[in-house]
Amino acid sequence: MLKLLKNDLGGRVFLTILVLTTVFVPVANLLLPPDNPLYVSSYTVTLIGKYLCYAILALSLDLVWGYLGIMSLGHGAFFALGGYAMGMYLMRQIGDRGVYGNAELPDFMVFLNWDSLPWFWSGFDQLWFALLMVVLIPGLLAFVFGLLAFRSRVTGVYFSIITQALTYALMLAFFRNEMGFGGNNGLTDFKDILGFNIQAAETRVALFTASAVVLAAAYLACRSIVSSRLGVLSMAVRDAESRVRFLGYNVTNVKLAVFVFSAMLAGVAGALYVPQVGIINPSEFSPLKSIELVIWVAVGGRGTLYGAILGALAVSYSKTWLTGAFPEVWLFALGALFILVTIYLPKGVSGSIETLRKRR
Amino acid sequence: MKQLDALRQSMRRDRVFDFVHQRNLAQVDVTHGQLLYIEDLNVSFDGFKAINNLNFYLEVGELRCLIGPNGAGKTTVMDIITGKTRPDSGSVWFGQNINLLGLDEPAIARLGIGRKFQKPTVFENHTVFQNLELSMSGDKGVFSVYRAKLSDNDLDHIAHILGTIGLVAEQNKLAGTLSHGQKQWLEIGMLLIQEPKMLLVDEPVAGMTHGEMDRTAALLTSLAGEHTVVVVEHDMEFVRSIANKVTVLHQGSVLAEGTMDQIQENEKVREVYLGE
Repeated sequence: MLKLLKNDLGGRVFLTILVLTTVFVPVANLLLPPDNPLYVSSYTVTLIGKYLCYAILALSLDLVWGYLGIMSLGHGAFFALGGYAMGMYLMRQIGDRGVYGNAELPDFMVFLNWDSLPWFWSGFDQLWFALLMVVLIPGLLAFVFGLLAFRSRVTGVYFSIITQALTYALMLAFFRNEMGFGGNNGLTDFKDILGFNIQAAETRVALFTASAVVLAAAYLACRSIVSSRLGVLSMAVRDAESRVRFLGYNVTNVKLAVFVFSAMLAGVAGALYVPQVGIINPSEFSPLKSIELVIWVAVGGRGTLYGAILGALAVSYSKTWLTGAFPEVWLFALGALFILVTIYLPKGVSGSIETLRKRR
Repeated sequence: MKQLDALRQSMRRDRVFDFVHQRNLAQVDVTHGQLLYIEDLNVSFDGFKAINNLNFYLEVGELRCLIGPNGAGKTTVMDIITGKTRPDSGSVWFGQNINLLGLDEPAIARLGIGRKFQKPTVFENHTVFQNLELSMSGDKGVFSVYRAKLSDNDLDHIAHILGTIGLVAEQNKLAGTLSHGQKQWLEIGMLLIQEPKMLLVDEPVAGMTHGEMDRTAALLTSLAGEHTVVVVEHDMEFVRSIANKVTVLHQGSVLAEGTMDQIQENEKVREVYLGE
């Protein structure tokens, strides 16, 4: 692990801060009395936990965009699919405590007059099965989609547009009640996870800690990929794809492997996100979400990994703040941010830091 | 009964199945001393005959120059050998046992046919060392690339190539910062490190200074013997300085073949190429 971070100052700083936060926040939330100035409310715990999930998502995009040159404008789809898999588990945990008190069917199915659980809901009452689906479903979609796209050598802006279409199509599909995923309202009203009350402060701290641990593990996993020869190869694919092909590498397989890994990571992020925010609905598939994700990575800086995390945290925090303080301004701020970063910080914040460091 | 016998033979435990055998592409059979056979090759693009009944043979270890006016089909021949273009008819064999027409680009590259493009394409954001590391032969599956570590052998090999192409001092520089000539050498190095059986070099000295040209000539001649080298070049001075055998292409077929002196004596060549 230390070897991985040898040349990665940004990563060391980030992981140190992450560890300190992960120790401090639970202590400050659970052990300090509410009137203590250092007390962290459960709301804040969940909010930070949510940001950490975004950071995992940003990491997954940076891996394909920053290192492989594939700009996916539909990465939110993998996040949402992971979230839905987790949401289905949480729905099954409600049991007969729903509004209709039906132990067999989630509320929305009772409402639609369905008399039995659709086949694709079976198994989701087990957490291990749901967790398996959290990585398998996004991974499978990325595999099939990537195989078709990369084999036909669809690259650049064309690929971006198709991914955008993919997530839009999924959004429209999930909006439909017949799909069996709660339609417009999505899945919500969760009660507990593994028998623990999902609203309890302790559960929230546990979910927060899980997000932090997964983020750290994901960072190290991504770092081990990009610092291996596979990482060097990915960047070569990004810069001169056909040259790589003449070196005897199978570019399709390289892209596919990294893309599928990235999609699985995005799925995991979604699965951690849903129990913390308490809802998953088709708006997570909306293209705007995926574009926001691209902006996080662009602001933070591509191809450094820690930059993507920085961008996700900074932009999400300003979104929370701005949409609270001046709700009308947020979309303009987002647009302005994208333009300003493109013009003045083309390498993002982390890229500019690296450039400054090298100049010295 | 005969079929049963054949089945039994194919199941013999001291042998591998035939189909396993055929996939063993690493073993190119050159017992007749010929590395490449191109016969009756035809290619047309939208009715334009780029290659017209071309026959072309290469011996093992030779350094061959391919010249010809624009549109003679030099680059197309390279494209066909490397699998980039499919011919309409004809055959291309690598050694006596490998049919190149059935293989795709990565498979042909893995066979040991390396190509250097006209424009130097090195990975500009990688160091010279990384460029060579990526080009090394070996298992190129995604997972093995992820697990790959540089052994002492690999390091020696890279150091040896760096010495051959004269870029030892530049090994940790980004390839994008090299001069044009250095990029060309790096690219030749990237081919060499794969220990290719055949090197296809497209216009290696275009845009080079005279000093760089001389070094390139020395480099290419030093490679012949160990490798089979095909050079496509316009610069006559340069061709004269390296080649012992020259093939002149014209309108997609071979016009003449021989030493540089013989070529220059040849009436037909003078007519179409030297413009006299």
